[in-house]
Amino acid sequence: MQVYLDNAATTKMSRAAIDAMLPYLDGVYGNPSALHSMGQRAKEALEEARQTVAECLGARPEEIYFTSGGSEADNQAILSAGAMGARKGKKHIITTAFEHHAVLHTLKKMEKDGFEVTYLPVGLTGNITAEQVREAIREDTCLVTTMTANNEIGSVLPIAEIGAVCREKKVLFHTDAVQAVGHIEMNVAAMNIDMLSLSAHKFHGPKGVGVLYARRGVALTNLIEGGAQERGRRAGTENVAGIAGLAAALKEATQHLSENMPKVAALRDKLIKGLSAIPHSVLNGDKEHRLPGNVHFCFEGIEGESLLLLLDEFGVEASSGSACTSGSLDPSHVLLAIGHPHEIAHGSLRLTLSEYTTEEEIDYALSAIPQVVERLRGMSPIWRDKVNGRKPILLQ
Amino acid sequence: MALYSEKVMDHFRNPRNVGVLEDANGVGEVGNAKCGDIMKIYLKVTDGIIADVKFETFGCGSAIASSSMATEMIKGKPLSEALELTNKAVAEALDGLPAHKMHCSVLAEEAIKRAILDYYKNAGIPYDEETFREVECCHEGE
Repeated sequence: MQVYLDNAATTKMSRAAIDAMLPYLDGVYGNPSALHSMGQRAKEALEEARQTVAECLGARPEEIYFTSGGSEADNQAILSAGAMGARKGKKHIITTAFEHHAVLHTLKKMEKDGFEVTYLPVGLTGNITAEQVREAIREDTCLVTTMTANNEIGSVLPIAEIGAVCREKKVLFHTDAVQAVGHIEMNVAAMNIDMLSLSAHKFHGPKGVGVLYARRGVALTNLIEGGAQERGRRAGTENVAGIAGLAAALKEATQHLSENMPKVAALRDKLIKGLSAIPHSVLNGDKEHRLPGNVHFCFEGIEGESLLLLLDEFGVEASSGSACTSGSLDPSHVLLAIGHPHEIAHGSLRLTLSEYTTEEEIDYALSAIPQVVERLRGMSPIWRDKVNGRKPILLQ
Repeated sequence: MALYSEKVMDHFRNPRNVGVLEDANGVGEVGNAKCGDIMKIYLKVTDGIIADVKFETFGCGSAIASSSMATEMIKGKPLSEALELTNKAVAEALDGLPAHKMHCSVLAEEAIKRAILDYYKNAGIPYDEETFREVECCHEGE
């Protein structure tokens, strides 16, 4: 049995998304900038997609900029806010300690250019409060950028409250909503969001296409020069098929949100309950404010990569924040940010569901995972030392 | 191409010599939990020959496969031969390891050296300090 539980990494494309793309892969190949009929048909598809995305997010079509994905949107949003701030002498940015690297690495680069960044601690729960944001805002703050939901541990941040604080304090607010859009309710107007990044392949759309929403009045800095596409803010011939697929996937996800959320969350809770029975393990992330599809555990005494490889032998496809899976020496910054020592962070497992996940699949995963954990613990010298009382057990 | 060779996956799926030797007369442990890998080698040495060997490993797939392969390569061999086992030989026997996983084979070599050193110390056998210089100073536990 093959069980795909890595939906936070990417998702299976929906039939609706594929069908929306096909005409622009096989037939209507015109350039949307061309004047002839086929070009204009592509242009129509593009603008229709923009309209759809705007409706799904509570935005206006002219506030939607298509990009190559979430990372590009994050980069552009943050660099733009920085440039706007710098013109007024404001070079302070507020973010959280557990952002995606698309945000963190952009901010690191800006720190070298004289920006000062406050990284809000996310505590053991792995979340922040709007109050933390309020307290961190200064006279020279030009941007607050916090993710809507964490890609590893699934915590959902109080975006509406943070947005309200930012609006009150007249500070630009960007949110990396890559993990959230299509999975929880998002409305940029109601949540006072000035900029938002999203990526199509996280909600059953195609890879390589995303959106930067930027509220009217936000002056975007171009990352790519060379053409008048996207109102002059993102040069390059548009990925028409990808954009059509994105819009179709987002429309479908938005329409089915109210039925999918409880359905996926019920399976998530079953998985969490079952895995909690494994001794010396811990559920990471906010238990209450959590993505419907996210399950994230640390198991003491084992290492994440071997856990993933063995699970793959069982047909269970998952992910981990362990160092060995990333090629770096340090485990995930997210797990360190919620206070785990390296040793525990190495033994992490992320299982992410989608509306295509079935109860049968969850039952199968629940039968495989405890076996794999037990097998790896059985050959772990550190686990033996812990069981024999020679080393302390950290997860009670 | 897959991350690991078929050989690595075979030794990872079906590790040889995994476990503890209750009557070991030489034990070596290297690595630390902070870095995400610990390797422990148990030796039963009789008349200068490695009569039996077992390992325990906390770590990634290539760490488990390297331990398994290394124990296979020294089982039944005289200590002098086991001391000559290099990490490169372990990696080659596994049909190669990805560049960022080569340190796993280094751990296997060092765990074996440390276990042999432990045996020499336990048995009161004089040894050439130069051979063990590196394992004596590096990779102290946490």
